[in-house]
Amino acid sequence: MSDTNPIVRMAHVKKSFGEVEVLKDISLEVYPGEVVAVIGPSGGGKSTLLRCATLLETFDAGELSYGDLQVAHTEGGKAVYGAKDVIKQAKSRFGLVFQNYNLFPHYTVLKNIMDAPVSVQKRDKAEVERQARELIAKMGLEGNEGKVPCELSGGQQQRVSIARALCMNPEIVFFDEPTSALDPELTGEVLKVIKQLATEHMTMVVVTHEMQFARDVADRIVFMDGGVIVEEGPADQVINHPQHKRTQDFLARYENN
Amino acid sequence: MLTMLGEGFLVTLQIFFLTLIGSLPLGIVVALGRMSRFKPLALIVRFYISVMRGTPLMLQMFAIYFAPYYVFGIELTTDSKFNATIIAFIINYAAYFAEIYRSGIQSIPKGQYEAAEVLGYSRLQTFGKIVLPQVVKRILPAMGNEIITLVKDTSLAFAIGVAEMFSTAKALVASQVSMVPFVIAAVFYWVFNFVVEVVLNRVEKKLDYYHD
Ligand SMILES: Nc1ncnc2c1ncn2[C@@H]1O[C@H](COP(=O)(O)OP(=O)(O)O)[C@@H](O)[C@H]1O
Ligand SMILES: [Mg+2]
Repeated sequence: MSDTNPIVRMAHVKKSFGEVEVLKDISLEVYPGEVVAVIGPSGGGKSTLLRCATLLETFDAGELSYGDLQVAHTEGGKAVYGAKDVIKQAKSRFGLVFQNYNLFPHYTVLKNIMDAPVSVQKRDKAEVERQARELIAKMGLEGNEGKVPCELSGGQQQRVSIARALCMNPEIVFFDEPTSALDPELTGEVLKVIKQLATEHMTMVVVTHEMQFARDVADRIVFMDGGVIVEEGPADQVINHPQHKRTQDFLARYENN
Repeated sequence: MLTMLGEGFLVTLQIFFLTLIGSLPLGIVVALGRMSRFKPLALIVRFYISVMRGTPLMLQMFAIYFAPYYVFGIELTTDSKFNATIIAFIINYAAYFAEIYRSGIQSIPKGQYEAAEVLGYSRLQTFGKIVLPQVVKRILPAMGNEIITLVKDTSLAFAIGVAEMFSTAKALVASQVSMVPFVIAAVFYWVFNFVVEVVLNRVEKKLDYYHD
């Protein structure tokens, strides 16, 4: 895999909130078609990592690039971000799915999915609508096109938000605990569509507490704790044969409940 | 008598609508200025809002009416009374509306901005397409109260000598030695507000297609 270029590359990323260093020299590369699961205890910096990758937060030092597009590099120990148009281009390369969906409540399902491709990417409306309807079908949401988010279950809303991200034709989609806000009986339907995307070789980074899902779907698992990547490797290896004590302890806690 | 009151009512309507047309958009601009990260601007706007809300509208009306004469030596005409009234109403109501907009804007969850940002919406698009429509729904009840107050406040223009409905009614009461013009004027205001409430309820119903 290393002979191709990574879709996203983060190197030596450091991020503090005030005095607290939340990311301590994080490096992560994700290659085309790869599914990376990020696991670890709460407060370990997983969300911050995704937020830095998706430009919702700026980091203090380190590098970030999407393919050939260098978004940020380090100069004199400080991160320097690229110009506006670079940032704008980068934003068209990734999507982000939030834990609590963040759908636009005043838009219908169809409009939630179509609006950004039309009004941000300036794509042809008919073409976008065709794609949006395909995605709605793929997410098992037929018949809900004209509904607004409050009329849908959490699982349906999360699938709409996945469709919204995909309709931008991103090269990579980040998921931040996509099922953590859902009732247990609804997590399955969301995990199923992510699994489906994995079989289609969509490049994805999924922060999750669903260990079984991580093992079954991810190519690679990254275990984060205390702002560092403690351990990473093939899914099966990290889950079944963790090398580090912190990973072992974390996984043991999951098996116990 | 009814014709005269009717003419007065038309002036009342003019004050009402011109005030709304001016202050509803201006209020948004003021609210954004108040929330600006550029501190001097935020401070100035805060001062403006505080003065507008902390002094009588009637005083503001007179200040604006006389300012051109005392500051620039410009002759005052009959038109300047009406103009001063409209300007005073607009900048006064814009201050009240701004505080309502601000509370509405601040109530929109951060996640809405973040979702829009990741999708690449510009700041203007985010505000116009995502934030403002949701704000309108949230602030409608508070706005409704202000608008109903505005209907009644239009009678303040009487003090400066604008011939709106209340001035007309008062003149008629004096000349006819009868309370009837006041009663009719009261009915006008009441019906006017009734219509305003019906319209507001309609808008509220229309926005009822979602909740958040
Ligand atoms: N905006 C913020 N301001 C201050 N501290 C923050 C902020 N966001 C996250 N943190 C802190 O950073 C640490 C990592 O948080 P987070 O990235 O959300 O972890 P995780 O997603 O792994 O649970 C936590 O200690 C959290 O309190
Ligand atoms: Mg998190």
